[in-house]
Formats: sequence, C-alpha cells, structure tokens
Amino acid sequence: MSGVLVVAEARRGAVRDISLELVAAAGSLVRGAGGPLVVGLVGADAEELAPRLDVAGVDEIVTVRSPREHFEAHVAEQALEALVADVEPAVVLLGHTIDALGYAPALAARAGLGFASDAWSVQWDGMPVVRRGAYGDRLVARVEFPGRDRVLVLMRSGAVEPAAGAGSARVRALDVAFDEAAIATEHLGYREVERGDVDITQAEFLLSVGRGIGDKSNLSQFEELAEALGATLAVSRPIVDAGWMPSTRQVGQSGLTVKPKLYLAFGISGAVQHLAGMRKAETIIAVNSDPEAPIFNVAHYGAVADLFDVAEALSAREA
Amino acid sequence: MKVVVCVKQVAQLDEDFELRDDGRDVDPDCVEWDLNEWDAFALEAAVRLGESAAEAEIVVVTVGDDEAEERLRACLAKGADRAVRVWDGGLVDADVMLVARLLAAVVEREAPDLVLCGVQSSDGVSGATGVAMAGFLGLPRVAVVTGIDYDASARTATVERELEGGLVERLRVRTPALLTVQTGINEPRYASRRAIKQAREKPLEELTPADLGLDAEAVARTVASRVTAMDHPPKGDAAELIEGGPDEVAARILAIVEERVG
Ligand SMILES: Cc1cc2nc3c(=O)[nH]c(=O)nc-3n(C[C@H](O)[C@H](O)[C@H](O)COP(=O)(O)OP(=O)(O)OC[C@H]3O[C@@H](n4cnc5c(N)ncnc54)[C@H](O)[C@@H]3O)c2cc1C
Ligand SMILES: Nc1ncnc2c1ncn2[C@@H]1O[C@H](COP(=O)(O)O)[C@@H](O)[C@H]1O
Repeated sequence: MSGVLVVAEARRGAVRDISLELVAAAGSLVRGAGGPLVVGLVGADAEELAPRLDVAGVDEIVTVRSPREHFEAHVAEQALEALVADVEPAVVLLGHTIDALGYAPALAARAGLGFASDAWSVQWDGMPVVRRGAYGDRLVARVEFPGRDRVLVLMRSGAVEPAAGAGSARVRALDVAFDEAAIATEHLGYREVERGDVDITQAEFLLSVGRGIGDKSNLSQFEELAEALGATLAVSRPIVDAGWMPSTRQVGQSGLTVKPKLYLAFGISGAVQHLAGMRKAETIIAVNSDPEAPIFNVAHYGAVADLFDVAEALSAREA
Repeated sequence: MKVVVCVKQVAQLDEDFELRDDGRDVDPDCVEWDLNEWDAFALEAAVRLGESAAEAEIVVVTVGDDEAEERLRACLAKGADRAVRVWDGGLVDADVMLVARLLAAVVEREAPDLVLCGVQSSDGVSGATGVAMAGFLGLPRVAVVTGIDYDASARTATVERELEGGLVERLRVRTPALLTVQTGINEPRYASRRAIKQAREKPLEELTPADLGLDAEAVARTVASRVTAMDHPPKGDAAELIEGGPDEVAARILAIVEERVG
C-alpha cells in the first residue's frame, strides 16, 4: 500500500475549496510516501464535477456515483470504504468539515485506521506525522500512529494554499454496491440563514465582540461605541447562542465570512471557527486580557487589556 | 425512552501552565476542570426529551479520572438520573478511538434509544469521538445537530444539521441513533440547591475497561494515535503589541481607525 487518497468534497453542484487544499497537502506527502496521488469524489454528480479536480499533481480521479441526490453520511462512509479498498493508500486525507465529521471517524473506527482530526499539517517522516493544535490552539501536538499502516487524517481548512495548474489525471468511475439498509437518513430540505437589515459582509469597519463582554446588559455599550466609531457591530458565536444578537451578525465558519478593511475584536479568543470568518480582514486589532489568546496570532495589532477599560477610553475620546 | 449522554471534563489551562516531564502533555496540576460546553447543551437536550416522554431515563457517561465525578454530580443535579464513570490508570493518554470504544461498550450495555454527544470538546477539539463511537456500534448518526424532534412511535428523529455558512439541512434519521449536539440548540438550565443535594443520592457507577470486557491487550489495540510531543506554536507574524494604559491603547486604536477607514 502506498500513495495518498484525497477525498474531495462537493455541495449543491460545486466542488468545495478544501478539496484543492487537500491536493496541495497530498502533493508534498507523496514526495515522501511515494505515489500515486488519487482524488476520490462521491456524489450524484461526481462524474460531471471530476474535471474540476484535475489539477497539477493528481494522478487519478475516481468517482463514485451516490444513490442519493444530496450528501448522506452513511452513503459517504460506504463509498469511502470502497475507495480505500480500491486505492489501498497509505494516507487518506479529508477536510475537517461538517460533512466529513459525520462519517470519516466512523470508518476509521471500524477499519482500525490511524486517526487524527483538525490537522494543521501532515508530513512524511518515514511515517506519517501530524501536527495539530491542543487546548484550543494554545499548544501544538506532534501526533504519530504506531502500529498503523494506514492513517486517515482530517485537515483543517485554510492550512495550505490550494493546488493550482492544469492537470492530466486519468478519470475512472468506481462501482459501489451500496447497502440500502444502512442508509439511515432521509433528506428533507435546506434552510438558508435569514438575512437581516444589516449586512456585515459589506461593512468596511466591524467592531466585533465575544464572550468576554460577559453579560447581555453590556451589549448596549458596544452598540453605542460602534455607532460613535462609525463601525458595524458583529459578534462571535456564543453571543448568538445566548440569544443576545441574531445570527446575521455572527462571524465565522457557521456564520458569515467578512473581509472588512478593519476588524476590531473585543473579548474574542480566536477559535479556529471564528478565524475562518475573519482572517482575511485587511487589518485586525484584538483587545483581550489573555496574552496567550490565539487571536493575537492573526491580529496585526494587539492590546493585552481589559476590554471595558479600553471601550470606556474610546467612548470618552469620541464623545 | 432512554438517552445516554456522553460528557467530558475538559481542562482549562492556568495562565502559567507547564508541560509534563515527558513533554507529551500539560502538567495536570496546571489545569482547572470544567464540563465541556457542548456537553452542557447535549445534556439539556436529553433532559428536555425526557421531560416530554411518558417515561424516561437519562444516563450520563464519562471516561475520566476521579476529578470527573464532580462533573457527573453536576449533570445529575441538572436532571440526569444515573451516571457511569469509566477509568483506570492506563487511560491517562487515551486517544479518541480508545475513548470512543469504551463509551461504545457502555452504550451497548445500556441499549438506549438515543446517544447524545457534544460536537467537540474544548480541550481535545477532535470533533470525532461521537461519530467514531457510532462506527464501533454500527449506529446511524448525524453530526452537528441544532434541532431534535424525536418520534417514539415511528422510531425516528427529525433533526437539523448545521452546515458551513449558516446553511441548515433538515433530515430524518432512524433510531436508535447517535447525534452530536451543537451549542445554541437550547438554553442549558442551572441546578437548584435542592437538585444539587438530591444529586448526591443518585447512583454513580464506576467501571474499569476490564469490567466492560476490554482487557489490556484490547485497550492497546484500539489506540490509533499517540502524541509524542507538545510545544508552543510558532509565533509567526505575531501582532504588534499596543503598550500603555487604556487611554494610550484607545488613542492608538483611533489613530489606526483614522488611517484605515477614516
Ligand atoms: C462546528 C462549529 C462551528 C462554529 N462556528 C463558529 C462561528 O461561526 N463563529 C464563532 O465565533 N464561533 C464558532 N464556533 C465556536 C468556537 O469554537 C468558539 O467556541 C467561539 O468562537 C468562542 O467565542 P469567543 O471567542 O467569543 O469566546 P471565548 O473563547 O470564551 O473567549 C472569550 C475571550 O474573552 C477574553 N476576555 C474575557 N474577559 C475579558 C475582559 N474583561 N477583557 C478582555 N478580554 C476578556 C478571554 O480572555 C477570552 O479570550 C463553532 C464551533 C464549532 C464546533
Ligand atoms: N472522555 C470522554 N468521556 C465522555 N465523553 C467524551 C469523552 N471525550 C469525548 N467525549 C464526547 O465526545 C464529544 C466530542 O469530543 P472530541 O471528539 O474530543 O472533540 C464530547 O462533546 C463528548 O460528548
């Protein structure tokens, strides 16, 4: 067994960005592990979408036609099992995405694969070695897989630049005899997040507050500060979870992706899912009392300070 | 109905934490323990399912050392009926797959209608234990659930699954099933003083892997990864620190605002 199997991802007719990031990660891995680099894609439209995955470095694209129109976790698990049996890779790479989290760990468990999720990198060091965050990215862990000759790794989005350049991969369809009885869910529909009157994705200047503000009663102070500064108020997820603000204001993986000229973050720790929505802001300023908060790793300017003190000083100066 | 909720005690690092002598993890003396945030939502979801059923039993299960008992008692005070704690000294460095295998053994014994986990743990951040457990058990599963409507007579649950970018999928899943629960699905309750007192009388069972039929060899065979070193992450292009008191910080922020969006 050798080479890398990348499992690409598509949703509603489009290949998702993570797929080409995985190809890039696999490209450096096959240099050590040996080839080939095979990309698998599962879906009702897998054959139509396959050309989108034909980028430099890919040796072969294997499509599996899903018996369901939409992603279904138990279909995906069976397809992945068939792909692994067919390709016999040393390393299986998927994205640390919502879809993959719904089936990849189950196959890894059943098939006894080495396993790591939310990986920052996978390298070949005579064997696969993963680096991943620990304790909310305060530390980095080196992970090995003793006794496993095949490992499955879920890679964090945005960890590497996507692969580019025209490819010349073979394309092949793999027939899978799905066990219908094991397909345990039925798709009933999608629901989009409702759009509010304020569109934070269009704002040039966002003042974003997180759990550090402590209490709902403190929110109005930041609404006033945003107004005084000419900023639009945005929030991290816990503020929406608590029902203090509508989800239309939420920045992050499960919220909205913003790209303002200036992102001023108060009391936000910088969890990966928050960063996913704002790391492309042109300038990021973070105010946090914890000098180790991961937000300082992406911020351009940081103040280790009590957010209320800074907010009051800002209000006083703007008054 | 019967619901098993898997809850984890998570470590919050002290400001000046240190690594263990072997450098493979944080010194356990430098952490504070808390109940995983996601699991509080999963427990609340289970308790509410129980409250709307004619008859219900909610069992909380953890793989954790004796510190975890306090977390289990807190869950009992919030409405769980019974607790199970799995531990022995050999589990200190247990990985996702081993924890999932042990939890699966408990679920097998309990034979519940639903198993609820959190989407992820705040210290491990694997996001994988629940679905791995479903793999060991061959159970239907849905990950990242933000709504649960259980239909006991049809033996199905209609659930909402949260995707990236705020997109939500509605789907129906056959039960028994395992769901991983996302924050915001409900508003977790606080325990009353009376409930906290009563929780001391509720059953808390302690088991070893061997009690669950996993001998040392089976435990070793299940481990699928090993942390060989931990370190501080490379600082990269770390932020330029704004020094000084609140007024100086404010002045500097306003100068940047003026320059960038003024
Ligand atoms: C599938 C999935 C999707 C997710 N999607 C999103 C998403 O879209 N958006 C999102 O934001 N999160 C998302 N999350 C949640 C994410 O993992 C974090 O839990 C969340 O981002 C934490 O929000 P926070 O930084 O506001 O809170 P915390 O992590 O609790 O941080 C609060 C910060 O405030 C600081 N603080 C406290 N008091 C003060 C003070 N007085 N002065 C200064 N600083 C102070 C603390 O030091 C701390 O750093 C998602 C999680 C999952 C699993
Ligand atoms: N040691 C444990 N004991 C009980 N449940 C756990 C344990 N570790 C993980 N879990 C469950 O798995 C979920 C996801 O954790 P993780 O895979 O570590 O991110 C948690 O929210 C818990 O429901």
